[in-house]
Amino acid sequence: MTDQEQAARHHPIYDRLHATPEFAELRRRYRGFVFPATIAFLSWYLLYVILSSWATDFMSTQLWGHINVALVFGLLQFVTTFGLAWMYARFSAAKLDPLARQLEAEYREGGDL
Amino acid sequence: MDTQVLTTFLFLSVVALTIGITFWASRQTKTAADFYSGGRSFSGFQNGLAIGGDYMSAASFLGISGAIALYGYDGFLYSIGFLVAWLVALLLVAEMLRNAGRYTMADQLAFRMNQRPVRTAASVSTVVVSIFYLLAQMVGAGSLVALLLGVDSEALKNLTIVGVGALMIFYVVVGGMKGTTYVQIVKAVLLMIGSAVIVVLVLAEFSFNLSDLLGAAAENSGKGEAFLQPGLQYGASLTSKIDFLSLGLALVLGTAGLPHILIRFYTVPTARDARKSVLWAIGLIGAFYLMTLVLGFGAAALLDRSQVDPLEGGNQNLASPLLAEAVGGGEGSTGGAVLLALIAAVAFATILAVVAGLTLASSSSVAHDLYKGVIKKDSAVSENDEVRVARIAAFVIGAVAIALSIPAQRLNIAFLVALAFAVAASANLPAIIYNMFWRRFNTRGATWSIYGGLIAAVGLVFFSPVVSGLPTSLFPDSDWSIFPLNNPGIISIPIGFLLGYLGTVTSKDPAAEDRFTELEVRALTGAGAEQAVHH
Repeated sequence: MTDQEQAARHHPIYDRLHATPEFAELRRRYRGFVFPATIAFLSWYLLYVILSSWATDFMSTQLWGHINVALVFGLLQFVTTFGLAWMYARFSAAKLDPLARQLEAEYREGGDL
Repeated sequence: MDTQVLTTFLFLSVVALTIGITFWASRQTKTAADFYSGGRSFSGFQNGLAIGGDYMSAASFLGISGAIALYGYDGFLYSIGFLVAWLVALLLVAEMLRNAGRYTMADQLAFRMNQRPVRTAASVSTVVVSIFYLLAQMVGAGSLVALLLGVDSEALKNLTIVGVGALMIFYVVVGGMKGTTYVQIVKAVLLMIGSAVIVVLVLAEFSFNLSDLLGAAAENSGKGEAFLQPGLQYGASLTSKIDFLSLGLALVLGTAGLPHILIRFYTVPTARDARKSVLWAIGLIGAFYLMTLVLGFGAAALLDRSQVDPLEGGNQNLASPLLAEAVGGGEGSTGGAVLLALIAAVAFATILAVVAGLTLASSSSVAHDLYKGVIKKDSAVSENDEVRVARIAAFVIGAVAIALSIPAQRLNIAFLVALAFAVAASANLPAIIYNMFWRRFNTRGATWSIYGGLIAAVGLVFFSPVVSGLPTSLFPDSDWSIFPLNNPGIISIPIGFLLGYLGTVTSKDPAAEDRFTELEVRALTGAGAEQAVHH
């Protein structure tokens, strides 16, 4: 592998920003939200898929009229998707964006690129 | 008015409108950034609409309603998987990709790795996924036009496919990302309005009582309550249940690996706008998939079984337009003819917008990754030269897609798209996720996961009943189907992740690890990210 093949070594400003407590906090908050959220929605979705195949009697229970548990569970997937998207929008605007803006401003001041 | 005159008129209007938009956009396309990313100057809302226009394909509009009309509840999984998948894009991919890349999916890998191998791998996978996806759209276009002109002739279908191919090449070559984006925005609006009209008319037939609609669908399907319960298509055996799980996995993990969706995140000025566009897209796409439920069960309730069941000579991909005709007053009535023509024109616009996005994604990758990044990497390439190559690539990819779609006519288009999702989830998603979250990840890990996931997914499809062994296969008269599942996701996605891990731990790439520091800062804060272009 030649040196030109690999992207060039980065500007030292990135090391400085990476070492700041603000960046550590930004990363902690971001991962603290998205990792549990991803595990939660994927598990809930897979539970739904697995119930549809292996618990058909339960999923076929009629609740009212022709509306059964399977349909309600499917519609609940829509509700949880909208809900989680909304929660992430609120969380990121309140907890992530201010820190990201602050670090980006430090980059503009300190990195003469 | 004569139906065919009206239909032809509406189709030509759609074509004229999109051609007009494309010429208008071409006057604003000057630089490579304009061609690839529309100058990064779209707003979050505009891009949200365009994402909707790029994503709600013929597979969604024609394929899902057809799958529900035919198999009842099991078809609904597509709607749910296609929507939930957006959470992966929202939480893990969209914003970081916007900050880390420039024009293509490969950019964020090339950011810290050995350029030549990762750009080649990402480009190959981009083209393969896009071609699978293109096939589905073009098969839809062929069926649609044959229905409208009332002639089920192979020659006509093939001619339509060639026509659609020529148009999509035109949009991309002339309009670039700007033209493609506006075509997608217009299409998203048309599709939402068109679907809403049919949904209201269907619900009105049942006095807006969903339970009555479902009851009528169950009765008319001849399957009774089983039609509303899971398992009609996939419940027969353990193999088919695992197939269902495999499909579910491919759907939920595929979206965030689709190259034509990923490059849409580059069309906005900042990562916050990328987030906003995904939020808009989730709202729009969610509303649309709720409507597909009514369209599918509506078609099951109101259409004659022989119109949608391929075993009885029907075409499942035409459930939505036939439903429009039925709620407009039925065959032969003026209302029916008008609605049928309108919905068919909307479906046609849908197809055109999606094929343009796919052609753009793959030709961008060929020009920016393969030509500039690999073939000409030791010499300077001018922007004009790069864009010229992208335009040539659009021609070639369009021609390949046309040639391959002609034999694929009998397959359900939602199903074909699900294969594209499986390939995207196996080949692209592991590399994207590892690259953003794992410092140790390196060049060998990236190439192993992309090629491994790609070969596993495509290879398993080749040895599946989709390609051979069943009357519904691509090659019904031969049988080499040694892999029992229709969708490879459950095997090929873990292979992609596993090979990415193995490739990484068996090689050392200190430079890639070192560059992760910059990638991480840039991805999370936007420091140093590509800026919007102002004219």
